[in-house]
Amino acid sequence: MGTLKLLQGNEACAEGALYAGCTFFAGYPITPSTEVAEYLSRRLPLIGGAFIQMEDEIAAMGAVIGASLAGKKSLTATSGPGFSLKQENMGFGMLCEVPCVIVDVMRGGPSTGVPTGPSQSDIMQCKWGTHGDHPVICLTPGYVQEIFSETVRAFNLSERYRTPVIVAFDEIIGHMREKIEIPDKGVLEVENRKRPTCSPAEYKPFDETKGDVPPVADFFSGYRQHITGLNHHSDGFPVNAHPRIHTDEQRLIRKVEGNRKDIIRYETFMLEDAEVAIFAYGVSGRSGKNAVEQARAAGIKAGLFRPLTIWPFPEDEVAALASRVRAIVVPELSLGQIIFEVERCAKGKCRVEGIYRVDGDPITPEQIFDKIKEVK
Amino acid sequence: MSFNYDQYIRGGKLPHIWCPGCTYGIVFKSLLRAVDFLKIQKDDIALVSGIGCASRLPGYVDWNTLHTTHGRALPFATGLKLSCPDKKVMVISGDGDATAIGGNHFIHACRRNIDITTIVLNNFIYGMTGGQHSPTTPVGHLASTMPYGNVDPNFNIPDLAKGAGASWVGRGTAYHVPALDKLIIEAIQHKGMSVLEIINACPTTYGRRNKFKSATDQLLWMKDNSLPITAFDKLPPEKTAGKFPTGVLFKKEAPEYCDTYYAMVERVRKPKEGRA
Ligand SMILES: Cc1ncc(C[n+]2csc(CCOP(=O)(O)OP(=O)(O)O)c2C)c(N)n1
Ligand code: SF4
Repeated sequence: MGTLKLLQGNEACAEGALYAGCTFFAGYPITPSTEVAEYLSRRLPLIGGAFIQMEDEIAAMGAVIGASLAGKKSLTATSGPGFSLKQENMGFGMLCEVPCVIVDVMRGGPSTGVPTGPSQSDIMQCKWGTHGDHPVICLTPGYVQEIFSETVRAFNLSERYRTPVIVAFDEIIGHMREKIEIPDKGVLEVENRKRPTCSPAEYKPFDETKGDVPPVADFFSGYRQHITGLNHHSDGFPVNAHPRIHTDEQRLIRKVEGNRKDIIRYETFMLEDAEVAIFAYGVSGRSGKNAVEQARAAGIKAGLFRPLTIWPFPEDEVAALASRVRAIVVPELSLGQIIFEVERCAKGKCRVEGIYRVDGDPITPEQIFDKIKEVK
Repeated sequence: MSFNYDQYIRGGKLPHIWCPGCTYGIVFKSLLRAVDFLKIQKDDIALVSGIGCASRLPGYVDWNTLHTTHGRALPFATGLKLSCPDKKVMVISGDGDATAIGGNHFIHACRRNIDITTIVLNNFIYGMTGGQHSPTTPVGHLASTMPYGNVDPNFNIPDLAKGAGASWVGRGTAYHVPALDKLIIEAIQHKGMSVLEIINACPTTYGRRNKFKSATDQLLWMKDNSLPITAFDKLPPEKTAGKFPTGVLFKKEAPEYCDTYYAMVERVRKPKEGRA
C-alpha cells in the first residue's frame, strides 16, 4: 500500500516527477501551472536536487536541456504564453534528442487570454508549436491520480525514446484536489536512458547504426561530444544539404511513430456496443463519461474513448471506431482543434460532431448528452 | 617550443567557417593556450555557445561542447553548471547573441553571479547574417540595416556586466594577444560570473562597409584606440575621448550562485537539532 494524499493536480504532477527520479526543475511562474514549481522548490532541495526560477520560460527550457545533458532527469512546467516561449528550445531538444519533460497546464488564449480559466486550445501547439518536422509525444491525463502516473510515464518515455515529452492538462484538473495513492518505490516502473557501453573514442551521440534510439552520454562523463541544433552527422557535427538530413529526420519521427503501440494509451468506457462515441480527453473526458452514463440510463448506446496519449494520435483506434459507430462527438475546450484529427482518421465513415467552448467554463455532461441525443 | 594546438583541436573538423581576416581564430588559439596553462582536463570543461560566427567556435575544440539557440547559451550553461557545480563551464558568444537576443539572460546570469566564464566576442556587427547592426555598432557607422548610418545607441558590455552584478569584468582585443592570454586565464580562474569582452574584427561585413581597407587596418585600430585601464584611469577625459580601456576593469568578492544554492540544500537536509 502506498501513501494516500489529497493533492491538487499540479502537486500530483510534481510528485510524479519526483517518483520518476526528477532532480532538476527550471521554470518561470505562470498561472495555472505555478504550483508545480512551488511544490518542487520545497521538495527538490530536500533530496539534494536543483530548483531554479529562471528569468523567463525560454531560459527555463534552456536550463532544463543543459541539466539533462548533464544526466539529470529534468522538468519544466508552464502555461499558455510560457508554452509559446518555450517552443524554440523544445525544438532543440527534439533535434538533439534530449530527454526531458514539459508540463503545459492549459489556460485560455491566445495572448494573456484567460489566465485562470481552463482550456484545451494548446493541443495543436503541442504537436506543431516548434518549427520544422519533429517527433512529439504528448500525454493528456484527466484525473489527479492520472496526472501522477502519466508524469511518471512521461519521464519513462522521454528516457526510452530520448526525446522531450509534453504532459498537457487543463486548469481545472491542475487545480482540482482529489485523493490519490502514491505507490511505494518500485511499484511503478522507472526507466533510465540507455548510456553508451563503447569506449569514448568510438562513441557517436547520434549513431543510427545503434538503432533508432542511440545511447546518450552525459556531459563530463568522459564521452566528449559536440551537440548542436544544426542538423548533424552521427558524430554530432553539422551537416549541410545532404541526404543524411532526410534520413535522420525520418529516424526521429520513426522513433515515435514507429512505437505507437508502446506509446499510445487510452481508456474506453462502454464502447463495445456503442452507436455514438465520445472522443474526449482531460476535463472534457470526465464530462464525457458522465454523459455516457446519462445516455445509457436513457437507453442510448453511447461510449467514451478517452486518449491518455494525444500525440502520436491514436489513428488506428479512431479509424476502427469510425467504421463501427454512427457518430463521434468531440467535446473540447477550444473552437475546434483535435476534431480535425478525428475527422482525418474517420475518413467520412461516420458523422463527427464537435462541441466547443472557450468561455472559461467546462463543457458540461448535459451539453454532451444533448449532442448525443441529437446524433444518435 | 611551439604550442601544440592539435591536442585540443578536433580531428577532421578544420577548416573552420571563418572568413580570411576574421580575428576569431586569434581568440580561439588564445583560449586553447589559456586552458592548457590552467591544466584543466578536457573532460572537466564544457564550452557552450549560442548562434553566430563566434558561436561556431566550440565545434572545433575537443571538450564537452554545446552549440545552442541564438542568445540562449547562458541558460543552457546555467543548467549544466547547477547540475555539475564542480566542473568548468564557459560560454562563448557574439555581441548580438549576448546582448541583443540574449540580453535578458546575460544580465540575469551576472546578477546570480553563477560561476560561468563568459567570453563575448564583440565585432560590432551581426557577422553571420551579413552585417546588420548590433547593440554595439558605433553610432553613425554603416550596417546592412543602417544604410544611412547607425542611429541606434550602444551598450558598453563591461559596464552592463558590472551593473548587472558580474563579479569579474574585463576587456581584451584580438590585437593584444599576450595580454589576452592572461585575461582569459584570470577570467577562468575567477570564481563567479566573469565577463570578458574581446574586441574583434569582422572585415567581411563591418570593416569593408566602414572604410577599413583590410583586417590589418582593423587590428591597428584596436592598437591605436585602446589603453590599458591603469593608463586610462590616470588620463584626463580629453585624452581618453574615443578610446576604450582594456584589462581587468572590475572585480569583487561575491557569493557564487551554486555555492549559495547547495549551502541551502545542506542546511535544509540537516536533521533539526533537539529533535529525535
Ligand atoms: C531566434 C533567431 N533569430 C535570428 C537568428 C539569425 N541569426 C543568426 S546569427 C545572428 C547574429 C549573430 O551576430 P553576433 O551574435 O554578433 O555574432 P557574430 O556572427 O558576429 O559572431 C542572427 C541574427 C537565429 N539564428 N535565431
Ligand atoms: S562574417 Fe565576419 S565574424 Fe563571420 S567569419 Fe566572416 S569575418 Fe568573421
